[in-house]
Parts: sequence; structure tokens; C-alpha cells
Amino acid sequence: MEFKFTIEGGNFSKAGSASSEVKKILKQLNVNPKIIKRTVVSLYEAEVNVVAHAFEGNMNVDIDTDKIVVKIEDKGPGIPDIDQAMQEGYSTATPQVREMGFGAGMGLPNIKRNSDQMNITSKVDVGTEVEIINYLG
Amino acid sequence: MEQVHFYHALKVVDEVCIGCTHCMNVCPTAAIRVKNGTADINKNACVDCGECLQACPVNAIIVEQDDFTQIFNYKQRVALLPTVLLGQFPDDVSEVQIYNEIKDLGFTHVYEVDGAVDVLIDSTKKFMHKHHQERPFISSFCPAIVRLIQVKFPALVDNIIQLKPVIDISAQFYRKKLQDKGYAQEEIGIFYVTPCAAKIAAVKSPVGEQKSLIDGVINMDFIYNKVLLSIKNSKKETKKYPENIHMSRRSIGWTLTTGEASRYSGRCLAIDEIHNVIEVLEKLENEEITDVDFLELRACDHSCAGGVLATENRFLAIERLRKRAAWYHRNKPMIMPEREIDLYKTYLQENIGIDKVEPRSILSLDSDMMVAMKKMKKINRIMKVLPRIDCGACGAPRCQALAEDVVQGKAKMTQCVFLQKMLTKEGLISPQESFDISEDTWGKSRFEKKNLNDH
Ligand SMILES: Nc1ncnc2c1ncn2[C@@H]1O[C@H](COP(=O)(O)OP(=O)(O)OP(=O)(O)O)[C@@H](O)[C@H]1O
Ligand code: SF4
Ligand SMILES: [Mg+2]
Repeated sequence: MEFKFTIEGGNFSKAGSASSEVKKILKQLNVNPKIIKRTVVSLYEAEVNVVAHAFEGNMNVDIDTDKIVVKIEDKGPGIPDIDQAMQEGYSTATPQVREMGFGAGMGLPNIKRNSDQMNITSKVDVGTEVEIINYLG
Repeated sequence: MEQVHFYHALKVVDEVCIGCTHCMNVCPTAAIRVKNGTADINKNACVDCGECLQACPVNAIIVEQDDFTQIFNYKQRVALLPTVLLGQFPDDVSEVQIYNEIKDLGFTHVYEVDGAVDVLIDSTKKFMHKHHQERPFISSFCPAIVRLIQVKFPALVDNIIQLKPVIDISAQFYRKKLQDKGYAQEEIGIFYVTPCAAKIAAVKSPVGEQKSLIDGVINMDFIYNKVLLSIKNSKKETKKYPENIHMSRRSIGWTLTTGEASRYSGRCLAIDEIHNVIEVLEKLENEEITDVDFLELRACDHSCAGGVLATENRFLAIERLRKRAAWYHRNKPMIMPEREIDLYKTYLQENIGIDKVEPRSILSLDSDMMVAMKKMKKINRIMKVLPRIDCGACGAPRCQALAEDVVQGKAKMTQCVFLQKMLTKEGLISPQESFDISEDTWGKSRFEKKNLNDH
């Protein structure tokens, strides 16, 4: 089953609403609560990254009986050095974003920890795509 | 079909219920539907919070209680009181009178459960220290919240602290104390005076314990009326406060908001009112809120002072309780005499643990994911034809709820009044069929012919 949600860049008050919607769906599909939690935590981080670092984006969710595949794609500045961005504590967040309690540089590593597979592709000045796969078995 | 395992004290009195949908619209777990002109509560989804009772304009929802005379089946009759009870009475009523009147009703012992808070605070600190990697911790205080987490937030059940709340600790204390005095188990009857329906459910269908330590429950408004009536009739003058009891500020404040959260170190949040709690649990589940140590969560606005069986305005009750706490604090004995409960502290702490709380999600559409996905697709298709205005005229709180009910075989799509009109216009159902469906939802009497000119 496929679902699509839009993510608004810069609007922190709405950050997390797409992940919450996915959570509702997974609960209705009787997915194991532990897997729901891992998935939602990783989606939330990816969603906040679009809000904090990009202009706009989408969350595309594909749920099957054996796995959940989510692609979060955005239009934005892109990530020049993905390996560096993946490091714990690395962040380019602006002081304003830090004031909101984000910008510890823990988001991407947290996604890695909470997903079975994670793929990032990015083009500078075009956008970023984060793919998160969690198996249900 | 669904099995029913859960006791609920909240009951709809069909003869009084006018099927107005107020309760249906406020229920935080969407447990209510209107069928045949009256409200129907789904026992698997109800968490006993009492929002429906508060919303009912005709008092058709009641809190069922045990027969009072059952207390006389026991030789030793213990009344366990919540401290909020003492905040219900007018200022000129003394505590000594309240205690005396409760004894006159037939109890041999009267004890305020919040006297046991120190035992619990101590064990909670140890529990949080020992399991520190499992933070944030959620208090087991409010049974409505424990049930809410079970049905709506199954991923958070492991965060609930596995310790008995004070009412169970007090019950255990009193039972043991009387046994030590030579009374047999079956001679001892322990009764809790409850401010809410949730505590009744906790006694009748306990979570995390095999059997409750409490033998029966008495509604707080019932005790309030009995006590106040006899006081008004007797006019005996007594001192305002008793001489041999000391209640700490910790005890008196326990059932009020921040009563627990103010006792622990680290980042502790106190949240009252069930919708506020749901908002925070959503965030907690997404890990949008991290770095919290302890959460005090209560279903009622202003915690137990706002319980559905409270008779006094909650703000006035709180003010009285704060005054009471201040009085005891000012008149604290120089040397605190050892309290009886302290003699049992080790025993109580050894028996304070409860089992893990089990999730029982009401959200999943089917236990088989394939089937659940099929149902979800069907729901989404149905949603395309429903008007999405959540009018409630179908007897369900939202269009989405009707769609789910249809897929689960609990409702018919034609209950939607908009669909009915469209289908009638297209000749797919007859006006009579449409009328019959509305009658099934709203009851025959709603459609009795009324004359505009009747007075
Ligand atoms: N969608 C994105 N578009 C552009 N840059 C991104 C995006 N996602 C991450 N980045 C870059 O990668 C860095 C690290 O991301 P990460 O999520 O780990 O930390 P953060 O967002 O800065 O802080 P935190 O997630 O702890 O609040 C970011 O500071 C940013 O430079
Ligand atoms: S807050 Fe207190 S009165 Fe209200 S449901 Fe919870 S335990 Fe009962
Ligand atoms: Mg981030």
C-alpha cells in the first residue's frame, strides 16, 4: 500500500505530522509496536531534516507484509559530503534552528540506528533523498 | 466476535439517555456509538476516564457502585479514603466529624490512603535508579491513563512503573496489620471510597496484578451525602483537626497535580486532563520528547480534585486541601511519633511490585496484516464517498469511524444521511428503507409525528 505526505520547509510547528500519520497507519495494520517505534523515530528525524535544512519535500510510504519502505525526498541545498553528515555531532544548523532545540547532529545517526537499511543520495543545490527500509519479520 | 473481559463502572441508563451524541463526541478513544436512540459504550475501548459522564446533559451516564450493606459481611470493616474527600466538605465541617461519621456508617477503621506515599516514593526512586536505561518512566497512579496506554499507545506500556499505587499499598498495610492482630483473612473487608470510575475498574479488573487487595468500592459522592447529612443533623461541636494524626504535605498533595512530579529529581512533567495527556503520549511515542525522567499523567482536569464523583468545585477543593496541608505543616509535632505504616515498610516494599502491563491495542484493523491492509484499502475507498464533515448523524463520531465500523461489520454505509439521500434520489433505496435506517440509529420515538402547533 502506498501513501504520500507533503512536508513544509521551515515550519517547525508542523514537523512530525507526516511521521504521526504513518504511525497511525502502522498501528492499524497491527505492525509490532517495537518496529513501529523504530520506524517512526527514523521518519521523524528525516522529516525534521527537511523542515530544518530544505525548502519542501515529500514522504512516500510503501507498506508490504514483509517490509516498510519510505522515501523522503526534498528540494533544497543538498548534502555535499554525506559521510561527514552521517557523523554524530556534525551539524550545519543555524543558530535559530539550534534555539528550537534541534541541531545536535544526531538525526542521521539516529535514523541509521533505527532502520534496517538506510540510503542517502543527494545533489548539491537540487535536493536530497533518504530511503529508510524496515523489515517486519 | 469481540470478547468482553473488562469491567467498567460507567453505565448508560437507557431510559434516561436521549442519544444526543455529546458523549460520543468527547470520548477520547472513540468508544461510543449511538444505536437505537441511546449511547452504546464499547467495553474493549473504554478506559473509564468519565469524560462521557461529564458531557451528558441529562445525567444518563452513571457510576455503578457496590451495595453498601456488603461491608457488614466482614467483622473488620476498613474505609480507605482518598485525601480529596476531605476537600469536598464546607469549611465549618471538621475532620474529626468526618472521620466519626464514616465510622458511624459502620466502618471499624478509617485510613487515608495517601498516608502511604513515603513507602511508594522511596520504592519509585529505587526503581528508577535500577532501571535508569528505560526512562522516561510513567506513573501507574491513574488507572484511566494505564488503560489509555494499553489501548492507544501499546509501544509505551513498558515505560509504566511496575509499582503498586498508594491505594493498593494502603490496602496491603491494613490487611497485614489486622492479620497481625489476630483477625482471619475472611474477617477483614477493605473498601475504597472512590473519586472516579477508573479506580473502580482498577479494583474489579486489575492490570498488572492477579487480584485486587480491595474487597469493594464506595462512591465518593455517596459517602459525601451521607456524612454531610448526619453532620447537619447532629450539631456536635468538635475540633477542626484531630490530635493524634499527622498528615504530611506530601500525602495531602499526592492526588493533586504535581503531587508526584514534585517528589523526584531530574526532568519531571505533571500533565492533567486526558486530551493533554494524549498529546504528550503522541510525542513521547515518536520520541519527539526525549530527555524526560518522570511523567505524572492524570485523566482528570486538575487531577483527582476533578474526579467524576467529586461533589465540590475542583478549585475550591484544591484550595481547602492546600490549607489543610499548611495547617498540618505548621502544627507538626516537634518529635514525630513513629507511624504504624513505618513498622510495615519493609514488608510493603517487598510486595510492592506489579507485573508488566500488557498492551491490547484497539487500533489494529485485524491481527493478520494481509487482512488489515485489505480493510484499510476498503476504508479509504469508503472515505471517498463520505462527506467528511463528521456530523455524527450516522451514530458514529466521525466519518472515518463509520468507515471503520462498516469494514468491521458493525455498521452499514447507508447510515450516512448524505448517502441515504443520494441513494434515494437515484432510486437505489426506497424512502421507507431510508426512514427505517434512521429509526435504527435514532430510535422510533425520535420520529414520532409532532405537530408544530402543539404546546
Ligand atoms: N534534507 C537535508 N537537506 C540538506 N542538508 C541536510 C539534510 N539532512 C541533513 N542535512 C545535513 O546533514 C547534517 C547532519 O544532519 P543530522 O540530522 O544528523 O543533524 P542536524 O539535523 O544538524 O541536528 P539534529 O538532527 O540532531 O537536530 C545537517 O546539519 C545538514 O547539514
Ligand atoms: S485523575 Fe484521579 S480521579 Fe481522575 S481518573 Fe485518574 S485517578 Fe481517577
Ligand atoms: Mg536532523
